[in-house]
Amino acid sequence: MATTLTAAATGTRPGVRRPTPGRNYARRYWAFAAPGAAVVLAVIVFPWLFTIVMSLHEWQPGAGTSWVGAANYLQLFSDADFGWAILRTLYFTVLAVAAPVVLGIAAAVCFHKRFPLRGLARTIFILPMMATPVAIALVWMMMFHPQFGVLNYILTSLGLPPSEWTYSAATVIPTLVMVETWQWTPLVMLIVLGGLASLPIDPYEAAKIDGASGWQTFRHISLPLLWPFIVVAMVIRTIDALKSFDVIYVITQGGPGTASTTMNIFLYQQAFSYYHLGYASAVVVVFFAVILAISLVLLGLRQRAKWQ
Amino acid sequence: MAMNRHKWRKLGGRIGLYASVLALISPAAFVFLWMLSLSLKNEVDNMAFPPVFIPHPPTLANFVKVFADNDFLRYTINSCIVSFSATGLALLVGVPAGYGVAKTKATRAAMLILVARMTPGLSYLIPLFLLFQWLGMLGTLTPIVITHLVITVPIVVWVMIGFFEGLPGEIEEAALVDGATIWQAFRYVALPLARPGITVATILAFIFSWNNFIFGIVLAGRETRTLPVAVYNVLTFEQVSWGPLAAAALVVTGPVLILTLLMQKEIVAGLTAGGVK
Repeated sequence: MATTLTAAATGTRPGVRRPTPGRNYARRYWAFAAPGAAVVLAVIVFPWLFTIVMSLHEWQPGAGTSWVGAANYLQLFSDADFGWAILRTLYFTVLAVAAPVVLGIAAAVCFHKRFPLRGLARTIFILPMMATPVAIALVWMMMFHPQFGVLNYILTSLGLPPSEWTYSAATVIPTLVMVETWQWTPLVMLIVLGGLASLPIDPYEAAKIDGASGWQTFRHISLPLLWPFIVVAMVIRTIDALKSFDVIYVITQGGPGTASTTMNIFLYQQAFSYYHLGYASAVVVVFFAVILAISLVLLGLRQRAKWQ
Repeated sequence: MAMNRHKWRKLGGRIGLYASVLALISPAAFVFLWMLSLSLKNEVDNMAFPPVFIPHPPTLANFVKVFADNDFLRYTINSCIVSFSATGLALLVGVPAGYGVAKTKATRAAMLILVARMTPGLSYLIPLFLLFQWLGMLGTLTPIVITHLVITVPIVVWVMIGFFEGLPGEIEEAALVDGATIWQAFRYVALPLARPGITVATILAFIFSWNNFIFGIVLAGRETRTLPVAVYNVLTFEQVSWGPLAAAALVVTGPVLILTLLMQKEIVAGLTAGGVK
């Protein structure tokens, strides 16, 4: 009935067989997505495909190009610098996922409670993740200065030994993780806070009646229910930590020496310092495979959480 | 007696909560206040040890110096052109796209957006850099606007899919039954209802475009730098003077911080909408 009404209303010629409304529209709604799809194809999909083609070539601007097959990849796997860059990236990523996730869960539990000026406190808390990364990286860089930096002043006035921060190979990665944690804990907090808001209240009332302590309630009720949200936060954090560039590049440019040359910094140097564009494209492909693999493993965790 | 103990415990919990909140927000507050402090002090105070915390007297000389020495006015205009164009274009193609994807329930298209988010920004740059070089477009703002679409389009599409999926379909269906075309149903029914979503998408796309550093540093020439690139250049040329550096950092990130303070509800809504799916 509805079909005929629509047909009459839109003035379609009678006799033309019309499919069911859902189907009918599904195809036409694609027209809405067409311009967006064209843009995505041009600026996102084209670069992906072109990168794969380039990774199979020796490609330097001005010097022409030549097909080299898998040579870039073979060179990459025997490149010790690249191996170290991967290890550094994994070291950085493990710390830069663990710290914000643990702190972010704690922060979400705090911000879930009611207290005066909560809105303002939460806004101040999320400022680091919205601020321009280059700007905050510069401020941290000035705070890390071993001689004049305010952080060493704070440490010494608390009676602690001063640190070398980003000026020593041993402390540079943990120091950069500290900045990353400062910057991205708010995102984990927001995701977990969304999870806390969606929790049912019945289990908590039952726990209260049974006399469970705050920690027991959190450990045995909140944490399992929040697990899917925590996994999402972990996936997002992992992707962002692997991709981290701005803060590292501004503060250390991969130094001292190569102590903080992560995969992304290595990629930047190959592509835009040495203009080894073919080689850099191979780095991109491997880099992307690593990100995809880790994300899928973590998303597998989420599926398992759903089944339980 | 038992009542009393309960009260004490509650009070203890309250104090613990306030202490935790204070511990959570003070690192954020401290870094931004320290940036403000550095930008308002003269060089002698900035290099003093123990550090001077409160500028006395505060000076605007660092801001004057930044704008006088580095042509920051031009870079501010560049940043405005790039971020407004990239956000505007993204809304133009991304809002209908979000609608189309939400209506056809094309989850695979949505996955594409997710994978785009996973790809490091640098990986888009190598092919696009070559393309722009080949087209002779380097040295203008156009390639920078185009590459910023890599950031803004996925944000807009992603946020809009969520909003359009959340809208009740009945009103549009009623409009269609009454003889509206699907374009009219979109334009006059769905679009006005999705206005809060469009606000969220606009703010997020604008901020992430404004903050972007990596595309600018590769593609921008002397004349076409965006603000984050310009600030980085202050660093390489004047490594020692902290005052102008902090002032430049504040010029770049100040607008974003103010926008966040004003629109925190929308920003939180947008970030969590994308995250928990």
